[in-house]
Amino acid sequence: MKTTPLWRRYDRILGSDPAADVRAELRFHIESKTEDLIASGWRPEAARNEAERQFGNILAVQHIGERIGGRMENRKRLSDHWIDALHDFRYTLRTLGRDPGFTIVSILILALAIGANTSVFSVVNNLLLRPLPFPDANQLVWIAPPESGCGFSCATYSADAYEELRDQSRVYDGLTGYMAFTGPDNLRLTGRGEPEPATGIEVVGNFFSVLGVQPYMGRLFTAEETRPGPHHVTLISYAYWRREFNSDPAIVGKAIEINSTPVTIVGVLPETFDFGAVFRPGTRADLFTPLDLDMERMWGNILTLTGRLKPGVTLAQAVDDANRVVPNLYFNTRFPDTRGRYKGFLIPVSLKDYVTAKLRRSLIALWAAVGAILLIAGGNLSNLLLARAAARSKEFAIRGALGASRGRVVRQLLLESLALSAAGAVLGFGLAYTLVTWLAHQGSIALPLLSLLRLDGQALGWTALVALVTALLFGLLPGLRIATGNLHETLKDSAGAGQGRHHQRIRSILVVSEVALACVLLVSAGLLLRSFMKVLDVDLGFEPSRAASIRVDYNDGAPTGEASALKRAAIFQQILARVSAIPGVEAAGATDFLPLGPNRHWGNPTPEGRTIAEGELPRPLVYVVTPGIFRAMGIRLRGRDFTWADGPRSQNVVLINESAARVYWPGGDAVGRFLKTGDQRFQVIGVVDDVHEETVEGSTGSQIYYSMTQQGPADAHLIVRTSLPPATLAASVLHALRELNPNQPAAEFKPVQAIVDRAVSPRRFFMILVAVFALLGLVLAALGIYGVISYSVTQKTQEIGVRMALGATTARVRRDVLASTFRLAVTGLVLGSLGAIAATRLIATLLYATSPWDPLAYVGTVVLLVAVALLSGYLPARRASRIHPMEALRNS
Amino acid sequence: MPPARLELFRGTLDVLILKSLVWGPLHGYAITSFIRQHSDDALLVEEGTLYPALWRLESKQLVEAEWGLSENNRKAKYYSLTTEGRRQLRSETKTWEAYAVAVAKVLGATALQPESLSETA
Repeated sequence: MKTTPLWRRYDRILGSDPAADVRAELRFHIESKTEDLIASGWRPEAARNEAERQFGNILAVQHIGERIGGRMENRKRLSDHWIDALHDFRYTLRTLGRDPGFTIVSILILALAIGANTSVFSVVNNLLLRPLPFPDANQLVWIAPPESGCGFSCATYSADAYEELRDQSRVYDGLTGYMAFTGPDNLRLTGRGEPEPATGIEVVGNFFSVLGVQPYMGRLFTAEETRPGPHHVTLISYAYWRREFNSDPAIVGKAIEINSTPVTIVGVLPETFDFGAVFRPGTRADLFTPLDLDMERMWGNILTLTGRLKPGVTLAQAVDDANRVVPNLYFNTRFPDTRGRYKGFLIPVSLKDYVTAKLRRSLIALWAAVGAILLIAGGNLSNLLLARAAARSKEFAIRGALGASRGRVVRQLLLESLALSAAGAVLGFGLAYTLVTWLAHQGSIALPLLSLLRLDGQALGWTALVALVTALLFGLLPGLRIATGNLHETLKDSAGAGQGRHHQRIRSILVVSEVALACVLLVSAGLLLRSFMKVLDVDLGFEPSRAASIRVDYNDGAPTGEASALKRAAIFQQILARVSAIPGVEAAGATDFLPLGPNRHWGNPTPEGRTIAEGELPRPLVYVVTPGIFRAMGIRLRGRDFTWADGPRSQNVVLINESAARVYWPGGDAVGRFLKTGDQRFQVIGVVDDVHEETVEGSTGSQIYYSMTQQGPADAHLIVRTSLPPATLAASVLHALRELNPNQPAAEFKPVQAIVDRAVSPRRFFMILVAVFALLGLVLAALGIYGVISYSVTQKTQEIGVRMALGATTARVRRDVLASTFRLAVTGLVLGSLGAIAATRLIATLLYATSPWDPLAYVGTVVLLVAVALLSGYLPARRASRIHPMEALRNS
Repeated sequence: MPPARLELFRGTLDVLILKSLVWGPLHGYAITSFIRQHSDDALLVEEGTLYPALWRLESKQLVEAEWGLSENNRKAKYYSLTTEGRRQLRSETKTWEAYAVAVAKVLGATALQPESLSETA
């Protein structure tokens, strides 16, 4: 074989052609054969014919060759492609490795931005996008009255109303509910040493089957257990099974003692079912027992209602059905005049909306905030890459001259940004994992579904998508700039200044956008922060600090109501005397409901002497309390407190709140007047401040306080006001309670402040997140400013040198650099303020007692941004002022 | 006098091709000549089977091809052994030799029972 096959060059240009190769190869064979035959004496014509004859079916062979050749060609092309890609990738890693500062900063920026996006996506996906964690969850409805002042407290129905609705509705596959007015630690787990507190929820027996929850072990409640009557069975939550029963695999069928009554565990609920996460954010539920409707019949509105619509039934049809049925519903079937009382108070909404609708805006705002972070980070990366690209323009020019196509160079740049964002995504996913895991364990944040938060495949997909889009966005711009730049000019131009100027404008635009976005974020965060401060400043009507509560177990069982009241009074008088004697306790009292939680109505008292139509007076929320509660809670009181002398035989007395006083006796003094409920008369002995009963932010309605010595409480929480930190008293208070009642479980001694904290936790959660994102945006914007100014100083070294040589002072040079920084910042601020005005519309409903135009938020943002901008411009400015004219000129 | 024509067994051609390339690159025509000459014209390789066999070897990467110029200055496709091809040739050769010896032994048998049963280990 001879060397230098010249034709190979042509082969390259035209691309390879397996068919032509096969033909050429076979032709060569025939020709060689012919020549040999001629050499051995054949005539040329005959030799040719003989050669072809000997070959046989030349076309068939040719076909085979083409097929094999085509296959090989494909394989080769593929492997060439991969080898190219591998080369590019190795090259990418090498280039990135050569500039570790740039690489690390870029990856960190991306990791923060992508991590924030993934985390927020998980939250949004969990709360908004995904259906509730039940099968066919979109068929589940929550039945409630329209939004009103008393919120959850009014969203309940009587046992009779439930049964009537269940029997008369035609749209439900199942209708169920749970008893709304049980608090945390309402049960005692006894018979296993010291009694332990547990949280039990009474549910209508079909609760789990309507929701579609399958037990992890054992069974759900049977139809028999759903019927009225006592049923000593319970289902326990997965977490409770793990915690309290050590994951006992044989737990089903075992009996436990609840409040000294033996109860059989019939099943364990699955891990995926978290009652609190869906129905009562920020709380846990350990045990579920079937509700005995007969027992509850006289208790009034105690049930929340949830139903599963039949397949194909729409919400609108359910509303129609409710409107049809509601006039026939009795509050209590024994009292015919209570028929139709629920008119207008029975509206099915989708359960998902009930659980999450209130958070929709907050979540969308949060999502927008992380989107802005991503844009700022992208802008930053673009800027860094542009600076690098400018510095590397020679490299690209040389590669171009050596035959690399522009596509190849752009591909190279895209590959670099992809590698960066992939690394950022991996790190960001790790960050998000940490954050999301942490969030899922924040039981004290009263947000629904939080405990079910997981980083799942969808979150991973979102991360990948975000990383890809970011890489394309921030990688394409520098890539295109390089590709459209004139390579020859770059090669000739020693300083690369021409293109540098061009880049500088784009980079300034990017930085201005970053500042604008950061400005929008800061204004929003400022407004939310102001709102949060306002919420913390709300006068709750009580003093949460230095007060703590503990649930008290007591037994006032007696044959008559009067005997029971006397027994109860004796118990609590003893308890309060004992607890008050503990050093550090300033005041003590007991109440059956705590503020900022669910509460109930009870009767509808009317002021004596005034004739008022039924339904005109708002129904007050009821607290049944002991003497001393107002001092313990720090509720201001006008008139007198209850005393132990107010007994079942003395004058019935009540206290009412300011709102109630205004309603009952507008303009007059309520103290000393009488309220009537049926034929009972209650003297108003005092008026107290309005206590926020449902939310910190909502308004309060009428409230009425009865004495435990005269009326039966639903529960009892001891409130202790201390001069010491409440935690230090926990042991001695529990000890005192145990001495009086060995059945007292080791319930949590909970600071009242914790109740307030829980109530404001969603707002705090969103405020902190937006504030963190705003600060992140600020830092990124500052980094962007620094990058641009610093780069422009480097670019203008020569120019600055000349100016200094011509007499410009260092101060002058520094001022100029700072001035250009200032220009960038101000342009960004102006645009950002416009953006903020638009953005605050989105969050206006999230604000509390704060105007979307709140000057403090805007002024704060401006001051902060300008200060940070000047700071990030100062370093390059100082460097500029230290340029030595001679060196600058010599180095050019 | 035309030599006796022998049909090639399946798979035999591949070894012969590989063998022909041991001394360096050859084009297809030279490979046929090599086989014919070294078998004393006993083995006649048909072009219709040679080329497909060559291409298959190429696609299995036992040989690789490169275009070059022939002795008479024509564009010709030269095949040469790859490392893998060389390895293949060695193992195939061994198999063939063992096969040939075994076949020869059987055909040269003189009695129904082999002479020494004990030799089979």
